[in-house]
Amino acid sequence: MSDTLSLSEVEILEQIKSEVGSHKVFLYMKGTPDMPRCGFSNQVVQILNHLGVDYGARDILPDPRLRQVLSAWSEWPTIPQLFVDGQLVGGCDIVTEMYQVGELQPMVGAGAAS
Amino acid sequence: MADLAELKSLIETALPGASATLIDQGGGDHLAAEVVAPQFAGVPRLAQHRMVYAAVQHRIDDGSIHALALRTRAPETT
Repeated sequence: MSDTLSLSEVEILEQIKSEVGSHKVFLYMKGTPDMPRCGFSNQVVQILNHLGVDYGARDILPDPRLRQVLSAWSEWPTIPQLFVDGQLVGGCDIVTEMYQVGELQPMVGAGAAS
Repeated sequence: MADLAELKSLIETALPGASATLIDQGGGDHLAAEVVAPQFAGVPRLAQHRMVYAAVQHRIDDGSIHALALRTRAPETT
């Protein structure tokens, strides 16, 4: 039993590493970008959409273990969690403040010639 | 129900030289804090927030704080 559970959690962690590793910008959130189910997640989605950033997103609500494994790995207790270049940037407070002071835009490549 | 004076003291003790301002955003356990600390200079925001959370972690764990919105910065260098 415990072997099965730990194997699943290892698989979940491998999924997380793969997701944040294969997207420049990746968001773990409650709900989806089209239908956020939490005001904090919605705020980060609004900022990313406003900046016109391409990003991946995953809803943590369907599988409670995803949130547990994610938070254990990232050492960050709350959702949303925004990753850029494989590194945790922060949650709603940090993303909002970085957006307001202009630090987020260059980090996510917004406004860069492409 | 959080004790704002205690939390201010916890943060300012953990980060000597820091100035913490706490407000109750409702219900006594949804708080906001602005923390200005010399230890934040050159430190990414995520790490700044971790430093503040660490100072009050046991008050999060025991339920005194349900939510803590943070704004952090280093003092202006003048």
